[in-house]
Amino acid sequence: MEQRIILETKNITKVYPGGVVANHNVNIQIQKGEIHALVGENGAGKSTLMKMLFGMLTPTSGQILVDGQEVHFTSSSDAIAKGLGMVHQHFMQVPSMTVADNLILGAEPKHGLSVDRKKAVEITEELSKKYNLKVDAREKVEDISLAMRQKLEILKALYRGAHILILDEPTAVLTPQETEELFEQLKLLREKGHTIIFISHKLNEVKELCNRMTILRDGQTMGSYDIAELDENEISRLMVGREVSLDIQKEEADFGKAIFSVKDLVYVDQFGKTKVDHVSFSIREGQILGVAGIDGNGQSELVELIVGSLKQANGTITLKGNDLSKESVLKRQEAGISHVSEDRMKYGSAPKLSLEDNAISKIYYTNQLKTRGFLDKKKIAAFTKKILDGFLVKYDNPKQAISELSGGNVQKLIVGREYDYDPDLMIMNQPTRGIDVGAIEFIRKKIIDMRQRKKAILLVSADLGEILSLSDSVLVMNEGRIVGYIEDVKHTTEKELGLYMLGVKEDSKEQIGGAYCE
Amino acid sequence: MGILQDIFKTLSLPEFYFAMFRSATPVLLTTLGAMIASRAGTNNIALEGTMLISAFVGVVISAFSQSAWIGFLGAILAGFIVSNILAYFVLKLNSNAVISGIALNTFASGGTIFVLYLITGEKGASSSLPSLKLPSITIPFIEDIPVIGTILSGHHILTYAAMILVVVVWYMFRYTKLGMHIRAVGESPDAAESVGISVKRVKYIALSLSGILTGMAGAFLSMGYLGIFSSGMTAGRGYIALATQAIAAGNAVIGMFASLLFGFCASLSNYLQSSGIPLQFIQMMPYLIIVIAYTIYCGMTERNKKIKQRKAGDTK
Amino acid sequence: MNKKFTSVRLVCAFGIAIAISIAIIFSISEEPGTAIFNLFLGPLQSKRHFFDVFASSVPLIFTGLALGLVFKSGNFSMIADAALYTGGVVTAAIAIKLALPAGVHPIVILIVAGVVGGIIGSIPAFLKVYFHTNELVTSLMLNYVFFYLGIFIVNKFLIDRQAGTFASLRYQNTATLPTLLRGTKFHVGFLIAIVVVILLYILVYKTKFGYEIRISGSNPEFAKYSGINTKKVIILTQVIAGAVAGIGGSVEQMAMYPRFNWQDSPSYAWDGVIIAILSGNNPKLVPFAAFFLAYIRVGADLMSRRSDVQNELVSIIQAVLILFITAERFMAGWKQRQEAKKALEG
Repeated sequence: MEQRIILETKNITKVYPGGVVANHNVNIQIQKGEIHALVGENGAGKSTLMKMLFGMLTPTSGQILVDGQEVHFTSSSDAIAKGLGMVHQHFMQVPSMTVADNLILGAEPKHGLSVDRKKAVEITEELSKKYNLKVDAREKVEDISLAMRQKLEILKALYRGAHILILDEPTAVLTPQETEELFEQLKLLREKGHTIIFISHKLNEVKELCNRMTILRDGQTMGSYDIAELDENEISRLMVGREVSLDIQKEEADFGKAIFSVKDLVYVDQFGKTKVDHVSFSIREGQILGVAGIDGNGQSELVELIVGSLKQANGTITLKGNDLSKESVLKRQEAGISHVSEDRMKYGSAPKLSLEDNAISKIYYTNQLKTRGFLDKKKIAAFTKKILDGFLVKYDNPKQAISELSGGNVQKLIVGREYDYDPDLMIMNQPTRGIDVGAIEFIRKKIIDMRQRKKAILLVSADLGEILSLSDSVLVMNEGRIVGYIEDVKHTTEKELGLYMLGVKEDSKEQIGGAYCE
Repeated sequence: MGILQDIFKTLSLPEFYFAMFRSATPVLLTTLGAMIASRAGTNNIALEGTMLISAFVGVVISAFSQSAWIGFLGAILAGFIVSNILAYFVLKLNSNAVISGIALNTFASGGTIFVLYLITGEKGASSSLPSLKLPSITIPFIEDIPVIGTILSGHHILTYAAMILVVVVWYMFRYTKLGMHIRAVGESPDAAESVGISVKRVKYIALSLSGILTGMAGAFLSMGYLGIFSSGMTAGRGYIALATQAIAAGNAVIGMFASLLFGFCASLSNYLQSSGIPLQFIQMMPYLIIVIAYTIYCGMTERNKKIKQRKAGDTK
Repeated sequence: MNKKFTSVRLVCAFGIAIAISIAIIFSISEEPGTAIFNLFLGPLQSKRHFFDVFASSVPLIFTGLALGLVFKSGNFSMIADAALYTGGVVTAAIAIKLALPAGVHPIVILIVAGVVGGIIGSIPAFLKVYFHTNELVTSLMLNYVFFYLGIFIVNKFLIDRQAGTFASLRYQNTATLPTLLRGTKFHVGFLIAIVVVILLYILVYKTKFGYEIRISGSNPEFAKYSGINTKKVIILTQVIAGAVAGIGGSVEQMAMYPRFNWQDSPSYAWDGVIIAILSGNNPKLVPFAAFFLAYIRVGADLMSRRSDVQNELVSIIQAVLILFITAERFMAGWKQRQEAKKALEG
């Protein structure tokens, strides 16, 4: 293979408003025709770097070189013009438009004054065939699967003449099987002479697919290596700077009685899609029940039904013998439910308000914080301090806005708030998504700690490693249904869960029925 | 029962429908403007003030240039400039669009009087200015047809322009590059940005177009039939357009019908001034009917969503 | 860092507004010195003018509080305009038609005006909650509806046919708010306004409901997640805001007018927007913001009386202030350079 450097950065630095240094003197070199992995923990600065390469952010200082020539991108179109294409983690598509319209958007074939939409369909079908990426040109994007949306995203870049493709964690939304298909297609693209930058933090994928890799840590490069040069332990050490064992030490299961159960839960969304389809299960005291599944298969809706922010079309929810099916969110909390939501900034906090305001949201109406009927500053401050200190939150001032904290510290505060409520049922939806390793470890320990204290815990996570290391039992959801129930987590593997998640494997009704007990 | 008879008599007059189109014109132009801004993802609250400033500038420039068309261009330019000031604050300086819009409306209501006084020494109206009017047009053949001729012919040139613009705007959203870009920018700005569409540029263009259309509406008010500017003469039409735009949900043709509903009420209230109904109720009617229509529209949209949801739930 | 930045930006916004008004005055006036002197220092020239500022600030305090409360809850209703106007009409009706003893008459009027204002304030909120309308759009339409309704009521039941212009009959002497300082317009209404300020401050920052308002306004999704009944918050805040505006209209009528003659709706609700913004929606700061605007208003009136510059200049100042104060990225470059410097040094 020729060793021509096609894309290069020199001492590139990015400081965000607010003073966060996301990249500091980063140097990378990408060779033509390789698949180059960019690995690093969440928050290591991978996305920032890619956004600068793609013209979505301007570097504070440093240089970007394409084919040896310095470039100054002021927008994505500059990057596109230089032959770069990006497949974003969150698909950049207009849902109400068709696949073909999305493909041509921004580079439309014209017919007189108008856009030639017939031609758009033809172009889509042609490209789809050429690169073996199957899409339905006439369907609206809002009606197609995530895997197809991803293919559309790659086609969009190719249509624009990209020969350097950047893929930002493309496998996060795919099943293991879909991932393999994607890898075949990427290898095909490499054979056709394209260069690919593959962003990931899944080392096995990197090993399987890539030629070389660059490791980022805390916004700085930890060097570039041939894939064969390093083993997974060394990579891990470079990524996080210490040997972390995320293997959880937990005691043997000692379940009490089943205190929480849902039966025949059904939810239909506003578009008439059945998102939760006759789901039944129970959780015992001291049990962690994991829910695995690809994002968007009904897990979020299931959680929302349980906490009461969505209304079920059918089914019952019981905690400690009380029927909560028709109760408000507040009544359910008071009955003993705590909830760490999947999106801490959107649902779990009020970003612009202070740490204090965010810490007291669970108990603000109780007498615990009041003196003579009015909220008491001192009591609020004391309560907040208890949570901040107890959960090792790093902060300057309890009056600062919560959005000024790092993701991990926000999450610790939220977990602390929910933990302090001393619930009977703790719902953890993606509790460690996008936070630093230290916070992940801390939060996982707290989950185990709650198990020890005989709480019932529902753990929803897209991270199969997390599911397998924390849960006692596992449910797998696919298109709103429970397709698999593994009573003892020791009897399954990531591979098997993947088959369930994709809907290839499905347990018998009796087996799944075992998840529920009276 | 005298009132009902009055209403029926009015509804049988061709002139009533002529007046309906006339009253609908400024609201229709502004509705189209509001629609373009809204589909690009910005609610243009400043339309009220934009219209007022355009109406004022049109009168002043036509008086000084002694050309109605130069006055008209002035009105359009004024609309363009005001909407670009809004765009600058919203897009460049990250201001809240509603609050900036309110600021511009405040500016317009005081600023027009301030300058009017400077020029004429009056604060109420521009009667002392020798301003000009834009022409009305009769359509050959159609004008000779009874009833229909009375209703459709002889309208102000901007009334016809508004009708043509309904089709233009509809076509633009469906079949042109700019229309698709505006929709993409409004619906998912990140997606638009990622394929090299400059979100800011498209929004600037959309706001400019909304300013130009609203400038035409302003020109119609002061240079249409009246030939005079008076303080606060827009009387909430810019706000009405926000409601009619919402009813239209991005469809220019529905926008036209919503504007005609306003025209219908406004025209009816003109005709009923001498009936037994208290004047204030008549004046109130266009606003009341539009707010009711808007509420019903929103309620029905929500109900349809719920019915769909429930039905789907039952079949399962 | 943030606080310092905010204040620097505030000063700059004021600087720009003042510079623009001085520039306008110089370009159009033949006596710019007199105009500028009166605009900025006029109210300090006599005790009477100075206390006029307090009197003028009263309706602004009420609308500033009402708008600030609505903004704080994350809503954007302008219905305070209708509530204030109708509060004035209600005042006229009771002040003319009902005979009550001196102390009782104003209290009854304030209560009824507050209730009516609250009812009016609730309409856009109910429409939003039950029909999913946009409260800004409905409130703007309803302002016209209530304005004409008010005119109708005055015309039909309260009008003084002898007056020559649009005016109601005179209010009874029992239905007025006395002045506090002889020879000035400084009246009891100011004290009522301050009481309302204190009550709203306690409501927003010291009660459970205030917490619910702040959370709902800052992030409604988080509010729902926390079990807060956001529909209740939307309706109740707008009822309270409407009541405050209604009382404001009532206080203004009783203290400043012998008879009802609002032929146009006064623009106090729109002025409330800038006051809410200047005060950061914090009731505690509303009186200061209102005082500032009233000061400029009184100054502008003196300017237009004593020079050739018209008082509509105030709307231009007001617009420029709102635009620059709410422009998030105004001077953001300065802030970012400072931050980058600090971060890389540290």
